[in-house]
This record gives sequence, C-alpha cells and structure tokens, in this order.
Amino acid sequence: MKNLEKFSTLFLVAGLFSFLLAFLLLGVWPAMMTEKMEKRPLPSEVPADFTTYYKTVEDYHNALREGRDIYIKEACWHCHSQFVRPVGNESIRYGLVSVPGEYQNELSLPQLFGTRRVGPDLSREAGKRPNDWHFAHFYNPKLVEPESVMPQYSWYFDESTNPPTPKKSGIALVAYIQSLGAWTLGVKNSYYDLNEVTMPPSPTGE
Amino acid sequence: MEKENQNLVCYPLIKAHLYFAVLCSFIVVVAGLTYSMQFIDLYPFPRIEWLSPGRVRMIHTQAIAYAWLANIFFAVLLYMLPKLTQKPILSEKFGWFCFYVYNTLILLTVVMILGGFAQAVEWGETPVLLDPFIAVAAVCWIVNVVGGCIWRGRDQQFYVSVWYFLAALIWLPLVYVMGNFLPQYVFAGTGGATIVSMYIHDLVGLFVTPIGIGMVYYLLPILLKKPLYSHALSLIGFWGLAFFYPMNSAHHFLWSPIPMWTQYASVVASVGMHVVVYTVVFNIFATMASDWKKVVDSIPLRFIFMGALFYLITCIQCAIHVTLSVQEYVHFTDWVVGHAHLVLFGTFSFWAFAFIYHFLPKITGNELFSNTLAEWHFWLSVVGMVLMDVVLICAGLIQGTMWKDLAPFIDTVIASKPYWWIRTLCGCMLLVAEVCFFINVLMTYLKGKKINQPASNEVMA
Repeated sequence: MKNLEKFSTLFLVAGLFSFLLAFLLLGVWPAMMTEKMEKRPLPSEVPADFTTYYKTVEDYHNALREGRDIYIKEACWHCHSQFVRPVGNESIRYGLVSVPGEYQNELSLPQLFGTRRVGPDLSREAGKRPNDWHFAHFYNPKLVEPESVMPQYSWYFDESTNPPTPKKSGIALVAYIQSLGAWTLGVKNSYYDLNEVTMPPSPTGE
Repeated sequence: MEKENQNLVCYPLIKAHLYFAVLCSFIVVVAGLTYSMQFIDLYPFPRIEWLSPGRVRMIHTQAIAYAWLANIFFAVLLYMLPKLTQKPILSEKFGWFCFYVYNTLILLTVVMILGGFAQAVEWGETPVLLDPFIAVAAVCWIVNVVGGCIWRGRDQQFYVSVWYFLAALIWLPLVYVMGNFLPQYVFAGTGGATIVSMYIHDLVGLFVTPIGIGMVYYLLPILLKKPLYSHALSLIGFWGLAFFYPMNSAHHFLWSPIPMWTQYASVVASVGMHVVVYTVVFNIFATMASDWKKVVDSIPLRFIFMGALFYLITCIQCAIHVTLSVQEYVHFTDWVVGHAHLVLFGTFSFWAFAFIYHFLPKITGNELFSNTLAEWHFWLSVVGMVLMDVVLICAGLIQGTMWKDLAPFIDTVIASKPYWWIRTLCGCMLLVAEVCFFINVLMTYLKGKKINQPASNEVMA
C-alpha cells in the first residue's frame, strides 16, 4: 500500500500511464478508424442557387471555407448540432442518420458536432429552405419565425440599402449552411441505403 | 529550519492569483446572466457584433475554467503544496512571471474571442493562435511548483491531497495539448469529435476535480480539527479516479457516428466512476459527522458541505443520464446545461469559496468584514443553484420528449421559455450573491478589523 503513495508511482502510473492508456484506447484508436476512411472532396460544381454569386468553383469553395469560419467565430455550433442520431425519431425530423464517413472532408476540420440544440440540427439543412429565407433569418430571425430566440446577425448585411442586402460574408455563410448534408439530397432515407452510401465494398464481394 | 519556514509560502503571489480569480468570478456570472437574457428576448446588446450572445457565451465558459477556477486553484496549490511537503516553490520571481504571462493570455483570449477569433473546441475556445502560449505558460507554472515542492520532497510519504495535486498537474498539459491541437489540425469530423469529447471531460475530470478534491481533503481536517475519516477510502477514490475518469470520454457524444464500442466503453467507465465518487463523498461526510455543529456554524465548512452534496447529486444525475436509453431523451437539452452548472458552480466553485473564506483572514491579517454578507452569499448561491438545476432539468425533459414526439421545433422553444425566465432569475440571484462576495472580499482587504493575534502557523500533520 505504501508504494501507491510514492512519487514515482503517482507520477508514472496515475499521471502518465492511466491518461495515455485511455487516450490511445478510446481516443486515438477510434479516431484512426474514421481517419482511414476515404476523404470526401468539396462539391465539384457550384449549386444552381449560387451561380449568380459564384462564377467559378474555386470561388464557391472559398465561400464555403469563409462560411465555416463565420460559423465557428459566431459559435453557431453552441446552439446547433451537426449530427443526426439513430434514436428519438430524428431521422424523421431531420433526415438521413449521420455516418462517420460523411465528416471526412475539409470543412469538418475542426469538427462541429455540437452538444446542445437550442435550435434545430443543421447537418441536413441543405435545400430545405430557399436562400432568401436564410438571408431574412440571419438578418433578423423574428422576421420569419416570431418566437425564435436566435440572435440577429445584422453585421453580415449592408444596411444602407433598402431592403438590406447581404454582404459577401453573409452570402458565404448561407452558402455554407446550404451545403450541409447536400450529399444526402436524392439519397433514399433508409437503413440499407445508408450502408450503400458509406461503406466501402466488402473484400469478399458480398 | 526557521528561515525556511518563513520563506515557505509566498503570500503576495497567492494574493495576486486569489484577487484576480475573485474578479474573474464576477465576470463569469455577468457573462452567463447576459447570455441567458437572449433566451427571453431581453438581450441588452442586440445587433452589436463584438457583444453577440454566441461570443459572450464563450467568455462565460472560458472564464469559469481558465480565469476563475484556474487562478483560484493556482492560489490553492501555491499555498497548500509548500505546507504539505515543507518545501518552497522553485522561484518566486518565476512565479510572478508566470502569473503575468498567464493572465495576460487570458485577457487576450477575451479580447480575441469577442473580436471573432474563437476556436471550435468546447471549453477550448481559446484562439488557435494563443493555444501554444497558454500551454507553455501552464507548463512553466507547473514546473515551478512540482519541481519545487513535490520533486524536492519526493522521499517523504505524501498526504492524499498531494497525490491529487501531482496527478492533476501532470494531466493538465497533456489534456490541454490533446484537446486544442489534435482536433484542430489532425483528426477531422468523427475522429476529432472523439478527441474533443475526451477533452471536454478530462478538463473537468482530470484538472478541476482532482484539485478540488485535494483542496477539500486539506481543508477538512484543519477546519474540523479532526483527522480524515478513512485513508483506505481516499486511496480507492484516487486510484479509481485515475483509471476510470480518462475513459469516460465518448459519453459526451452518445449515439453519434463515433464507433459504438467506444461509446459502450465510455458508458461502462462512467458507471464505474460511481464507486469513486461515493468513496470521496462518504469520506467527506464521515469526517464531518464527527462535529456537525461546527459544520453548521462555520461558513467555509458549510460551503464544503453543500459542494459535496451538489457533487453527490450531480454524479447521481450522471449515472442516470449517461446510459444510452436516457441519452435519447436528455442529450442536446437543458438537462445537460443544468448538470454542467451543478459541477462547475455548485461543487467546485463552492469549494473554492470555502477556501477563500478560510484563507482571506490569513493573508489580509484582517477578520472577515461581514458575516452577514457571507451568509447572504451562501444562501443566495444555494437557492439560486438548486432552483436553476431543477428548472433546467424540467426544461430538458420537456424538450427531449417534445422532440421525440415530433412537435414542431419552435413549439419546444416556446414551451421552454417560462423555464428560461426562471433560469435568468436564478442568474440574478447568483449575481447578487456574487456582489455580496465581491464586496466582502474587497472590504476585508481594505478595512477589515485587525486580528489580535498574529495568524497562527498551522502545519499539517
């Protein structure tokens, strides 16, 4: 028992060993499992709704990155999650249940899963509402949803015009939101489809 | 020996950490209260970019972990470790250097988060640019303390508090580097979430918890003038924490795309934590049971008692909601918010208050300015905390069940609003409590009555 109270035991076993054991076993190992999955590229063409704003696909990709950065700096992820769980009827409310492979893209580094839903999940937001709805909603959420508790993000709009028009950053933010889960559009919402979409073909060819 | 005793504890440095911590605790409450007003359409600064509610929320959570609790814990360690091992820290000057560097970084963090440079890691929103500097500052501080007090006294048998302190100081830099760098640069998406969930939990479990428990194990025998109830229990508590706590990680993202076996493992480890928690809580209460009257009479002891009670409640709450079936309902809801407040405010801040009330007369040489203010601080904090937790649990259950029943999302927001009103009122109570505390500390410092006898040089057995 005395050995348990010695400096070396405390330092090596309690301090380093217990932490590293858990870190490797339940941190790095599962992380490597998903890290091995195929990387998903950003969309190869500008969606029809955004062709008026972005002429080239590079412009669109840069806008997605800018929108993601705004999403982080305004801490949107504190009130909106980005994964759909297989429980709680969430696949009915939001759409396809989330799978590990879908997050293997540039925009998910760092991850934006979120731990609280003051507002709804956004991982299947693409195409659910028109761009104009999003512009009005970001400018003042109460314009489209009177009971909303979301803050106003009026600084992404040029207020000298009437009505206010979105700045470049405001359009980028909406482009990012409209890209969340765009890959699921046209994918049937069933368990079997989910396997087809995400799992690599098995080596035995089954 | 006499000379060493005089220089053993560096009081001015402790004072600096302590006063700065008290100032920060005020900011924590103000930021939290301000943020909560967004939920009831009373946010005082709408349409101002740098005071956007999202950014203020990050100030609230960052300040409680890195400004208030970290600073008060630094003060605790600078006082308790030299006392426990009878060895001073390596260098007082270096301690001051670390104090200024660390807290400058904290102030920069506030400015940069409000300016829009936050990082997307929960409890780690410190801007990416500052992370390496904070890590280095923390390591410097730790080397100063561990190298001075613990390493130089390593031949002796340590008291239980030292185990906890030593382990926490090894874990802190590991946890910080893991959580702030891996999800940012290495692991995208699901893999990043695995690491982040580990970080969220480890920051509380491997930094705040061990230092908090170590602090209580130090204060209890001194305040009660009785030895700790059981040495064996404290051994079980410590080693259980060391082995189970780091494995709790993925329980923050249950039902997420993280591999299911990781989630199962973390649920099992979380339930295993209970053995640990109950030994600690039992040890605290059993030690107190030797003299309940003193517990009722003394403000610091009462804070420790309530903190331990909240700790017990919050851990029972955890045992319930960590299972996958309950997670289906309570995850993403206000239930979790209540749970977090109970841990960081109800438990560890209460224990920190206990330390401050015990310690303030020692460093100022003055008696506590007002017992009435301390009573108000205690009761408003207790009532505010209990009410807030009850209200958030109710709101959480309502949100969870309405979501599952597929009610329109906005209906769940409307249903939550009455609870959010009460939550803000609780926040007001906590603010008043905080003001009482703040005035009390300030007035004790400025014009408290001098204690007749010089502060006694108590030394731990």
